[in-house]
This record gives sequence, C-alpha cells and structure tokens, in this order.
Amino acid sequence: MEESDSVGIVKTQYFTFAEPPGEMLLECGRSLGPITLAYETYGELSAAKDNAVLILHALSGNAHAAGYNQPGERQPGWWDIMIGPGKAFDTRKYFVICSNVIGGCKGSTGPSSINPQTGRPYGLTFPIVTMHDMVNTQTMLIDHLGIEQLLCVVGGSMGGMQVLQWVVSYPGRVRLAIPIATTSKLSAQAIAFDEVGRQAIQSDPHWKEGDYYGKPLPRRGLAIARMIGHITYLSERSMHQKFGRKLQDKTEYGYNFLADFQVESYLRYKGDHFVNRFDANSYLYISKAMDYFDLAQPYGKLEQAFAGVLARFLVISFSSDWLFPSYQSKEIVSALRRVGAEAIYTEIQTDYGHDAFLLESVQLSSLISNFLSHGRRGAS
Amino acid sequence: MGGMGEEIRLDDAGTVVHLAPEHQVIIDLIPEGSRVIDLGCGEGDLLLALMIGKKVRAEGIELSEACIQACVAKGLFNVHHGDLDVGLADYPDRSIDYVILTNTIQVLHRPMFLIREMARVAKRCIVSFPNFAHWSVRWQLFAGGRMPKTDKLPYEWYETLNIHLTTIPDFRDFCHKAGLKVLQEIPLRASPAGRSTVVRFLPNLRADSAIFVLEEGDPPPPASDPSR
Repeated sequence: MEESDSVGIVKTQYFTFAEPPGEMLLECGRSLGPITLAYETYGELSAAKDNAVLILHALSGNAHAAGYNQPGERQPGWWDIMIGPGKAFDTRKYFVICSNVIGGCKGSTGPSSINPQTGRPYGLTFPIVTMHDMVNTQTMLIDHLGIEQLLCVVGGSMGGMQVLQWVVSYPGRVRLAIPIATTSKLSAQAIAFDEVGRQAIQSDPHWKEGDYYGKPLPRRGLAIARMIGHITYLSERSMHQKFGRKLQDKTEYGYNFLADFQVESYLRYKGDHFVNRFDANSYLYISKAMDYFDLAQPYGKLEQAFAGVLARFLVISFSSDWLFPSYQSKEIVSALRRVGAEAIYTEIQTDYGHDAFLLESVQLSSLISNFLSHGRRGAS
Repeated sequence: MGGMGEEIRLDDAGTVVHLAPEHQVIIDLIPEGSRVIDLGCGEGDLLLALMIGKKVRAEGIELSEACIQACVAKGLFNVHHGDLDVGLADYPDRSIDYVILTNTIQVLHRPMFLIREMARVAKRCIVSFPNFAHWSVRWQLFAGGRMPKTDKLPYEWYETLNIHLTTIPDFRDFCHKAGLKVLQEIPLRASPAGRSTVVRFLPNLRADSAIFVLEEGDPPPPASDPSR
C-alpha cells in the first residue's frame, strides 16, 4: 500500500438531529429522535459545492470507507481500493462522503443505542426502518454539510438500493447515480436467505427477544446468519477455486464434526469474526429493511417510480452474482430507458459473485472514473 | 472494430473518432436532431459523430463489455450492454426515428426477428452489410476453390462470426419477405483513399458492401397461407 494513494488517517464524525420534540416520522408510522448518523469525509468540498459524492454501504458496512482511523491499523476502510488520490473516487477532485445507516451499530442510532427516554438500549422497541428512512436521514446529513445537489450517489448491494431510493425520492438532488450489484426489489430466494439468517439469531438462547445488552450475546445465531449470508455473496465457481475440497490443516478426514474442509473453517472464521463487530439486532433490522424494499410498490410500476428522475445512471452488475442477478439490473435499466432517462448498463464478467463490487477491478474503477469525470463536465 | 477507419476531428474540443467509410454515408442520411439507436455500437464512434455532428439523441446497444468501457471513456451516457438476438422489447412502437445496424446483421442468429423489431420501433431503419457477391469473393471461390477472405470478410472460416452472409439481391428479397419497404439502396465500394464510393454500374458485382434504408411496408406482411 503506497501512502500516496491513501486518504491517510480519518476520523469518523457524528451528526445528531431530530431532537425531541422534532422527531423524524418513519415510514412505519412511528417517530424517532434524536437520531445520530456516523459519517466520514475524504477530500475537499469545492467552492461551488458541486463535487460531492455520497457513498452508501451494504448490509454490514459502516461509515469507515477509506483510510485508517488510527495509525498502524491493519485494514483500511471497506472501499479503500476505490477512494483516494488517483483512485476511481479521486479525492483530489471529489468530496467523498460515506454515511452509515440508521438501524446500524457502527455509531448511528440503532437497536443497540440507548433510548434517552428509558436510559436503556432500544432492543426490539426500536422502530422498523426502511430504505426510505435511511435515505431521509441521509438528506439531513447532506443538508447539514451545506450541499444542495450531490454530484453522485453510489453504492453496491443494499447501498445500491439506497442509490435508487435517493434518485426517486430526491430527483433534484442527484446528478449521477451508480447502483452496483443491486435490485429494485428482493427475490423470494433472497428474502428466504435473509429469513434463515434472522431465524438463526432469534433461535439463539442468548437472544432473549433482543434484550441481551450487557449480558451474553447471541453469538452463535449471528455467526450462523453471517455464514449463510457469506455463501450468497460468493459464486459456486469462486468457492470451488478458493477451497475446492481441500482439507484444513490435515491430510485425512477426521470422521467427526469438526471443520475438516477449508470451506467449513473459512465460514466459521467469517462468522466468529463478524460477531465481534456487529450487533445481532441490527442484523435483524437492516436485513428486514432490505426485504421490505420495493421501489416500484408505491408507484405501481418501476417506470412510474422513475418517471421524475433527472440523474444519469451507470448501472453495473456482475455475471456470477446469483443473489442479485444481472436480470434485476436489466429490469432497472429497462424501466429507465422506457422513461427516457440516460443510463449506461454493463455486466462485468467475473467469477467473484455478489461481493465482486468490493474487490479490486480495473473495469469497475475505469467505468466509475470516466463516468464521473464526463458527468461532472456535463458532456454530451 | 475500434481504431479502424478514418480519424475524424469532430469539434474544437479535439474530440476524435474513427469512422468506417460507410459511417460517413450513414451520417449524411440522418437528419439533425433525430432520435437514433445504433445496434452493435462498438466503441461508440458513430454515436459520438452523430451526437456532435447532427445533434441527435443517440443510444447504443453492444454485446461486448470492453466496447461499453470504451463508450463510457468517450463520455457516452446511453449505452447498454445487451444481446441483439433478444430484440428491442424496451422500445415502444415508432419511438425512434432511426435504428442503425452497421455490419452486424450477418452475425445475428435471428436476422428476420431483429429486422422486424427494428421496423416496429423505428420510423426508418438503416442496415449495412458486406456483399458476398462481390467479384473478389466470387473469384476466390470460383477460380481458387477456396473460402473467400476479403477486407470486409477477413476471418478464417473456422473462426468467423459471420453466420448469415448475404448479397444485395438476397437482402432485397429478405426485406420484402420481412414486410419492409426499401427506400434506398446504396451499393458501396471502398476507394483507396478510405472513402466509400457509390457503385452505379453492376453493383452486385462491384460493391463490397451496401447500405439499405428501410421502413415498415404498407400493408403489413400477409400471413403465410398453408393451403398454397
């Protein structure tokens, strides 16, 4: 890692709003306040305030998208390959903002936050949040930063859903939109995987209807949820290439239920690692928000949802993504075309499955940097 | 196909495209401000030339991911990665002024299906194709007894994508069978200067390619009568 292409040391910031009695009305009909959003920024906002790029993260992501929060940290932010001087989101040109989501557990208000009325964590008394709520809270942050119109909103997976919600709910506030590896609504299969994950959490004896804070955590349940999720993020081929039937630290079968195969031990590691950094209730709330997401539903048809959009789109899917397959991106592009919106669509050939958007890719980087630079100029 | 053809400077900003000789002829056929789709748009050179030169509202459809990347690098905002063999379902009837298909019909699996789709969505269709009846093709097969290879048909038989080659009269018949009216036939011959010249004398022998301008026939094609 060269220092020159890193944004360096960054500090996560916090913005609190909707202080009572000015609570925010959520889509479920309940109100919430105060609300805090965690966010980070990289680069400088131009004097004309026309170079702001809002990055939206996926289910388990957070505001720490690039650089390091502390010197000597081993892992940079989750999209560091894309954000920094000279990278796709070139911080010498763009003011990059990454906002955490409401319902999360990484500094924004969520079920693990303290309810000021009771002095105890919300747990399951936290209201159900939706993609719409996530985006509405982000508009408060963007207002707070003094930005009227974003140059670009971009995100993969659930981040892409927020991108779509942004352009539909706030058409005048977005010039360029980059939804990646996403969908306008989850398939039954995707909801099914989410539900198995939630059931794993809810059947953990430590879950206790979500009231486990300060007590033993539902670690097994959350780890299993993560293991299931992780399978859906990879492709059959990439798992085969990475693990095959290779055994872990042994040459013969153990004839027991310990992890014989590398893929077993990998999933166990992923699951165990995840519980140290994520809250089980947040997993329930955010996965449910994804399941509820159906961009077309309030409008009847997807085209009608897109009828007022003004943004230009770069829609990207990955050939081996079976969680949100390419046909779902094509549906988005079809609807955009039918309403005459400008949209680039491309399917990137890759074996890496849904998670390909998080990996280094020359194709992805060059598409994004070209789209941004031409889009900023407003060319053709 | 990128990089081939003549280098043309489009504007004062220094935008440069590479146009095949037949592209120049096609650009002249398109009225300013039209709504255009280029099917198999490649790296987007024709689209860009039309957008800057003719102020058209242009869209491209292209099967190759690398070509889409090149289009985005050129600053095109309306290019779709897609397979022409699935048709043009996203476009309503008569929603487009011109649909262009250059040097591509011979690689399609279902040329009849696509030409019907083109006629449905567009007021006019422009199709160009290599002429398989060109004398050099005939000569190689007749005198040499070998599979022909020409500038327009440069591939070995075992690696060519050209599965539906045609000639000028065969293409004319095809258009009639598809229920399309031929408005203009432009047989072309590449000149040494890289320009295209219109061939008036013995076109099916002397033209190495042709451009057809088509529109939906009137009345629509009769359903075939199995009793006949």
